[in-house]
Amino acid sequence: MKAPNDFWHFDKDISGCGVFGVIDKKKKLIPGTMPIDAMCTMHDRGNGLGGGFAAYGIYPDHADLYAFHLMCDDQAGLDRAEEVIKQYFDIQISEPIPTRKVLSIKESPLMWRFFLSPKEKRPQWQDVGEDDYVVNIVMHINNRIPGAFVFSSGKNMGAFKGVGFPEDIADFFKLDEYSAYMWTGHNRFPTNTPGWWGGAHPFTLLDWAIVHNGEISSYGINRRYLCQHDYECNMMTDTEVVAYLLDLLIRKHGLSHEMASKVFAPPFWDEIERMPKDEREAYEALRMVYGPAMLNGPFAILVTDSKSMMGLNDRVKLRPLVIGEKDDMVFMSSEESSIREVCPELDRVWAPKAGEPVIVKVED
Amino acid sequence: MAQKRTIDAHGIYYKQLNEQIREAVRDGVEEIELLNVRGQRYIGNSIDKPVHFTIHGVPGQDLAMFMRGASIRVEGNAQDGVGNTMDDGEIQINGMSGDVLGYAMRGGRILVKQDVGYRVGIHMKSYLDKIPVIVAGGKAGDFLGEYMAGGAIILLGMDSTMDESAPITGRSLGTGMHAGVIYIRGDVPEYQLGAGLHFEPIDEEDLAFIRSHVTDWAEAFGKDVEEVMKGEFKKVKPFSHRPYGNMYVGTN
Repeated sequence: MKAPNDFWHFDKDISGCGVFGVIDKKKKLIPGTMPIDAMCTMHDRGNGLGGGFAAYGIYPDHADLYAFHLMCDDQAGLDRAEEVIKQYFDIQISEPIPTRKVLSIKESPLMWRFFLSPKEKRPQWQDVGEDDYVVNIVMHINNRIPGAFVFSSGKNMGAFKGVGFPEDIADFFKLDEYSAYMWTGHNRFPTNTPGWWGGAHPFTLLDWAIVHNGEISSYGINRRYLCQHDYECNMMTDTEVVAYLLDLLIRKHGLSHEMASKVFAPPFWDEIERMPKDEREAYEALRMVYGPAMLNGPFAILVTDSKSMMGLNDRVKLRPLVIGEKDDMVFMSSEESSIREVCPELDRVWAPKAGEPVIVKVED
Repeated sequence: MAQKRTIDAHGIYYKQLNEQIREAVRDGVEEIELLNVRGQRYIGNSIDKPVHFTIHGVPGQDLAMFMRGASIRVEGNAQDGVGNTMDDGEIQINGMSGDVLGYAMRGGRILVKQDVGYRVGIHMKSYLDKIPVIVAGGKAGDFLGEYMAGGAIILLGMDSTMDESAPITGRSLGTGMHAGVIYIRGDVPEYQLGAGLHFEPIDEEDLAFIRSHVTDWAEAFGKDVEEVMKGEFKKVKPFSHRPYGNMYVGTN
């Protein structure tokens, strides 16, 4: 399961995937069957080598604890990870992630979850904020501990993913038994890198989750840039960089979602030249400061955190993205048919322009 | 022999649905109504009989790909790749469509009530009496008519789901086109055009051509043709017979 030593042979991933997301602005809970049914409609956008979901609001009884989802090669891998976790956190709950036997999934890693609170007396990183403390530990486990990966580390949310079609992965993780106010789903079609459990979407860090259809051609430069900021990529899939870039740009540097989206998909230089002075200077600054964070290549991404969902296309729209609205719910998907499958009557349907983010926030 | 057949597509995988459609065509059915379509791909693919389809729901990718002579009416929106390399026949979409509509289209006509997506009509071509036409009532994304080698695109910019402020077409309009014509109703900034292209005024012949197709568009979607024709049209055409003839290898 661990990335092979010669991981540089697997520099990037090209995929023709399917993405779906739904958010209820009033945080009303949506049953897991809705994103599952929507993903089923887009079955043929993937090839069975990766499926996954992110769900927000699923652990209300432990909402103040970090929910770590781990996938491990074997018990020894889990034990090694637990040793590390014990040093940095007080473990409130330790339990297997509920799964059921699924005919189409023959082999799976050991799936475990911990509900954690950071140790009052930290053994290390005393001077950083709590979020950074958690990020450091996730990076440490994923890069230094053999046979174990943390694939979800937010509060009151969780990622569920693996090798299989999304409907099989949902079945495996019993997602029909969960309800969430926000869901994203992903159907993977990997072509350049192995379809392995850690390489499935969503990619997460803290409460960030991202699902992606496309290919990040700038993976190399994005990854080097992130490395300088202590984010280490180890999942062998290009999309991983987006999760860490979001954490860097929005959480650490304080950029808005709008600004981050303009870093990922900036206007062309000729468009910038036609802008009024203030706007022009702002965009020039963004492009100069965050050039290595620009995402080149085709993408349609759905980015979520506990408060919002953002849909974004690359700046020449090489992948599809459709938005549907119904009352307090907003849907984002690769195909309108998947939205209609779960919500036949919509108030509004539209396709966002290339590089223009669609941001939906939950109401407080 | 039934002249009309209705198929409920609910929960049917695209392969089985297309098998049922082909069976109906083989049985000599002239009218096929599809209910509850949810993203099934390749509907109408390669059908070469004058069958009429009515589709309720959202058909999937590559609707009417390689279609040769059938007609399709979609009561709703369509997704990506409508009319891919279509040869003959007509598609009416009573809504909007996704990206790459009419890709490499070589004949027939597509009428869309509202917006079309990105890369619409790219690589369209024509030969003798095979002249493909696309009429879209809304706005279009970038790369409209890119590498166009024949046929006509008529974009009205009138019935749109987009903001008022959104441009009628995106950037790189007609980039690399070397035959065919794009007609646009309304104003589009010159910088949206592909390199070397210009907007040109239309003449009587253009106007008659536009009217003939817009009349059918208006009839298909309950619009007023005179209202459409009140607007000002411009055209985009390649700037010479072989604009890229010397691009790689000099010929003179």
